[in-house]
Amino acid sequence: MSEALFRPLTARDSLQPAWNDGRSTASVAADFVKPTRGLSSVQRLEIYARSYWFRVLDCLYDDYPGVRAILGRRRFMKLATAFLAQFPSASFSLRNLGSRLPRFIQDHPAFSTPHSALVADMARFEWAQVVAFDGPSLPTLTQDDVLDAGPTRLRVALQPHITLLDCAYPVDEFVLALKKTALRTEASNALTAMPTSRASARPRLPRPSRTCVVVHRQANNLYFKRLDPEACSLLTALRDGRTLSAACAAALRHADPAIDWASRVQDWFRVWQSLGWFCRRSTRGRT
Amino acid sequence: MPANPFNNHTDYGIGIGLRVPHYRHILEKKPVVDWFEIISENFMVDAGRPLEVLDRILEQYRVVQHGVSMYFGSADKPNREHLKRLKTLVKRTNTPWLSDHLCWGSVDGRYTHDLLPMPYTFAVARHTAAKIREIRDFVEVPICVENVSSYAEFHQSEMTEWEFLSEVVEMADCGILLDVNNIYVSSKNHGFDPYAYLNNVPHHRVGQLHIAGHTKFKKYILDTHDHPVLDPVWQLYAHAIRQCGHTATLLEWDDRIPSFDEVHHEALKATQFLGDQTARPVGTADPIGKADPIRKAQPVAA
Repeated sequence: MSEALFRPLTARDSLQPAWNDGRSTASVAADFVKPTRGLSSVQRLEIYARSYWFRVLDCLYDDYPGVRAILGRRRFMKLATAFLAQFPSASFSLRNLGSRLPRFIQDHPAFSTPHSALVADMARFEWAQVVAFDGPSLPTLTQDDVLDAGPTRLRVALQPHITLLDCAYPVDEFVLALKKTALRTEASNALTAMPTSRASARPRLPRPSRTCVVVHRQANNLYFKRLDPEACSLLTALRDGRTLSAACAAALRHADPAIDWASRVQDWFRVWQSLGWFCRRSTRGRT
Repeated sequence: MPANPFNNHTDYGIGIGLRVPHYRHILEKKPVVDWFEIISENFMVDAGRPLEVLDRILEQYRVVQHGVSMYFGSADKPNREHLKRLKTLVKRTNTPWLSDHLCWGSVDGRYTHDLLPMPYTFAVARHTAAKIREIRDFVEVPICVENVSSYAEFHQSEMTEWEFLSEVVEMADCGILLDVNNIYVSSKNHGFDPYAYLNNVPHHRVGQLHIAGHTKFKKYILDTHDHPVLDPVWQLYAHAIRQCGHTATLLEWDDRIPSFDEVHHEALKATQFLGDQTARPVGTADPIGKADPIRKAQPVAA
């Protein structure tokens, strides 16, 4: 039964007529599903297949409104169907269903051409919002944590719900122009139709422009904040485990020497610390 | 048979499902509601707004957890990460009992996120009961299993659905969340007498009831939870109350969700049936369910 469900539906939202081994799907269904007076075995199976696909497509439809707006509904559904055929849900929660979509888009640019780079950026940006919405929070770094180690020894971690993005497009501006739908429901009711278009007219697609943005959570509200490229590099280096001094050196290697980076970095840290972005680095597995 | 071991000896009245469109109304207006049912999976997260809302609800209301993905009937072993998160949530909500569905929905680590029907065989019943026991031992709270709406039956089945449900809950020694709307939907889809179902489940194990709306199509009925409860379901509900006595009751409304007041108003229609429980002692059920007086659901003042 599960094999029947996981196979994509036809364009008419029906089960594919042929089974994997060449038999008809109708005869395979008749082997294990009882017919009724009004419905054949395959028609009964089809009710479940439709419900499965409508539900999972609806979930991606809600989680990726930006990708959907760029591609349009028809191409988005094609992308989502191909993705789900390769990566069916591997989690008890629908929350995680789209976690691998950004990577899939990157690996299969044909689904999003000629906007592949924009769609890839948008998918990363939208998944980051899922992470920021309910991802874990750890105790923030205290003044003592900072004072106990000098810059050459201090290593910090970013809150796990924070995602740093270095994008080729201003995806944040594009998303602000779209209406983000609310939380999906996840209950035991059946769905009767494919998701339908809920978005209004699509804003104009953005032109390429390097955009460093951090997606984070503050007082349980979602935010995205633009960063200077140097700030993004610094946070990335810290996230990757470099010490504070090594991260600064790496981030400012090509920076304009005319700028007072010392005071600018101080200002950044003041803001980041006040936003609670830093937490202690796990020492597990480290010497 | 109000409070019993399967609802942790707790006598609850009429509850409604906690749904996102109602959060603001509930938190601001603080309406009088006996209890809320939450979908466990929506709150099995690490942090953020869902848990903040839940904590605020818990300050004011009693909450019962209802799951949609434990899949007692799946061949897979229970997912440890899932169980740990569930237990963490149980400790947070202090739910008096926990419910999930008598179905399967995952295979080899792939999840359908649907409530799929099971072949009603003794072997499957044994497997399912063992899994329920294992999960209950882990989460340390009574479990009620819910009958699902179904649209397919299997040649392999050796018994009726109600016999299968009875077999499972007796072997697992667990409770039943009896969804009378699901009984009605399945009875129409498979052509059985819903009163025969109601009359032949172990009533002393029923810890909770579900009511909901459904959608009629030309050749089958779908359990959509997007309508008020229809009259035939109210009639079944009345019969269930006569069989089981005052039982915690929950209205499910999950799609095309109207205002909080409308949902609450619909749920409170159940009051007239709960109030009219000239309930028989357990084991002396009305053998002719259809003899119940047919009642029209009347609005009840909130």
